[in-house]
Amino acid sequence: MTSLLKHLGGHAGRVALALVFALPLLFMLVSSFKPDDQIFGDLGSLRAFLPVGALSLDNYTGVFERVPAARFLVNSVLISSITVVLGIIVNSLAAFALSRMRWPGRKLVLTAVIATLIVPFETFALPLVWWVNQLPLLRVNGFHLEWTTGWMDTYQVQIVPFLANAFSIFFFHQYFQSIPKELDEAAIVDGAGWFTIYRRIVMPLSGPAIATVAILTFLPAWNSYLWPLMVVQSEELRPVMVGISYFFQLNVGWGQIMAYSSMITVPILALFVAFQRSFVNSIASTGVKG
Amino acid sequence: MVWRTRPLAVASVAVAAATALVAGCATGSGGSSSGASGNTLTLWTHNAGNSAELDVVKRIIKDFNGSQSKYEVKLQAFPQSDYNNSVVAAASARKLPCLLDVDGPNVPNWAWGGYLDPIDVSGSEVPLSDQLPSTVSRYKDKVYAFGFYDVALSFFARKSVLNEYDIRIPTIDKPWTKAEFDSALAKLKKSGKFQYPLEMGTGGSGEWWPYGYSPQLQSFGGDLIDRDGYKTASGTLDGKSSVEWATWFRSLVTKGYMSKKSGADPNKDFLAGKSAIQWDGSWNAAKNTEKFGDDLAVIPPVDFGNGPKIGGASWQWGMSSTCSNKAGAQEWLKFSRQTKYFVDYAKATSTIPATDAAAKQVDGYQPGGELNVFVQFARKFAEVRPVTPAYPYISTEFQKAAQDILAGADPKDSLGQAAKDIDNNLKTNNNYAG
Repeated sequence: MTSLLKHLGGHAGRVALALVFALPLLFMLVSSFKPDDQIFGDLGSLRAFLPVGALSLDNYTGVFERVPAARFLVNSVLISSITVVLGIIVNSLAAFALSRMRWPGRKLVLTAVIATLIVPFETFALPLVWWVNQLPLLRVNGFHLEWTTGWMDTYQVQIVPFLANAFSIFFFHQYFQSIPKELDEAAIVDGAGWFTIYRRIVMPLSGPAIATVAILTFLPAWNSYLWPLMVVQSEELRPVMVGISYFFQLNVGWGQIMAYSSMITVPILALFVAFQRSFVNSIASTGVKG
Repeated sequence: MVWRTRPLAVASVAVAAATALVAGCATGSGGSSSGASGNTLTLWTHNAGNSAELDVVKRIIKDFNGSQSKYEVKLQAFPQSDYNNSVVAAASARKLPCLLDVDGPNVPNWAWGGYLDPIDVSGSEVPLSDQLPSTVSRYKDKVYAFGFYDVALSFFARKSVLNEYDIRIPTIDKPWTKAEFDSALAKLKKSGKFQYPLEMGTGGSGEWWPYGYSPQLQSFGGDLIDRDGYKTASGTLDGKSSVEWATWFRSLVTKGYMSKKSGADPNKDFLAGKSAIQWDGSWNAAKNTEKFGDDLAVIPPVDFGNGPKIGGASWQWGMSSTCSNKAGAQEWLKFSRQTKYFVDYAKATSTIPATDAAAKQVDGYQPGGELNVFVQFARKFAEVRPVTPAYPYISTEFQKAAQDILAGADPKDSLGQAAKDIDNNLKTNNNYAG
């Protein structure tokens, strides 16, 4: 009887915890189908979480009238995906060098990389703007290419500065440490070079770490807000998060905000669900916990 | 788990190809380092997502581009919430557009910082002298920006509610005194019908705090800074009158008259009858009139001792100092100064037309119209926020102090700290000389 109560209690606790996280999402999704007046009218009751009342797709239609949402979504998918894929390559290579290869000063380099984790982005955002504005840029002009200066108002200014990531390097490093070094030695005996070991042994064994880094890189890239506002002027290059501030004008359309938020949350949820198992596995195996 | 490496290689190639594609797409405005490419000028506005005002900007641009063949203006719209960050970043990269809009109180800072150049719009259809004073921004005796409209704050209430509790409905010639206002709030609270009878928009953020509440501080006799030379805030922001304002402001919360942090949409709460009196802008007047009709009372600001006060200056247009085609920029600015555009702005945004000629053409704002009272408020009570490059810093400090006070911090200590920080900022920047 006692164990049954414990069992039920445990389940109740987990359900309660799940509700704490799920209810805001449910509220967002349900409200996205309601007119503004009803959203506010339902706030004081459970109706706020239920799809009841005058439901319609008007808010979603309104979103596309107010914001070039499709363009923003495409931009964010492009920027986030490229950042993830290139980030995995760059950071895993760096971590491989720090974890598997023996060279003087590697501990110092690892310490320096980890130390950068404590520097908030806002402190160097403006210097970074200046810096990216000095970089050379190859542009298409008509039918020929030309060199110019400054990466402002481009896609790559939203990608390249965020490829090398201290946390990803540290995470890969920790994961690579758990892969037996004997595998490297055996491969070297068989004539493999370092890149072959990286490509054929270490990376194929690092699926969970890759999945985790993919999620942890995708999230900030998808949520990027301040940086694109500072470096992107053309509307056609903006990502989704900038779009949310389009709604905070004098007449705030809360239903539209909920509709837009639902639209831009779905890809994140889908990504997490797809990689959930690997994510949990790798967090458990690297000892890196939130 | 063993992952296949071939997909990784394919992905790498795909990424390389995508990167190349992205590089190819990197056209944007990369080549326009000075806000203009020849006679094509870039214009920035804070109205992304605000189609009402954005449409007017688009109309002026379309008319201008069609009216002559020499210049072409191209629009880039930004969301308002972080527009200033975009401008500051662009200024640091010397990528400002030729034409841009700016919130009035920020003009001195942007002029001092070298973002803006003085403008000369003489010869345009509407002379500057016809405008509400708060809609023209000057710094060191030079005109840097002008606006097509202004906004005014007022209290909104329902006459029926005020009458029910025997509360006098004030007029522009006889506003409420502090004692009357406090008494009205006490009566409304005592009725038990309103959890918080007063809605002051305390859930707002940013510029709303100095715009909304510093005029009340001024009406108490205080101010954000000593305006004589703009060299110190000590003795003014933390002076006796300012502390009296802060103590009263806090008492609104402790007495249960006002929420420490209002809801997400205070106007909706007022329209729903949750609050009896709302401190809000003229931009919501039309909506309130639509809901309450003749029952709506538009109430002038309270006279706390030094006369009723409201803030002045809204969004205005200027020209960047790095613009490579200033002649073209000035042409656009001059072209835009036509009464019909002043009318269009006011109609689209429910704001106060900046000239009397325009006001005559906007429903409600004509002399005797139900919204003309806001024109009178703007003329009679508006006081521009401190005309100093330090204003953005002052604004932030005031907001922090006022929020701390509402949260329970000691009024004198909070204002004292803010005054001290402002003085340090002034000292660090050599009083923004130069």
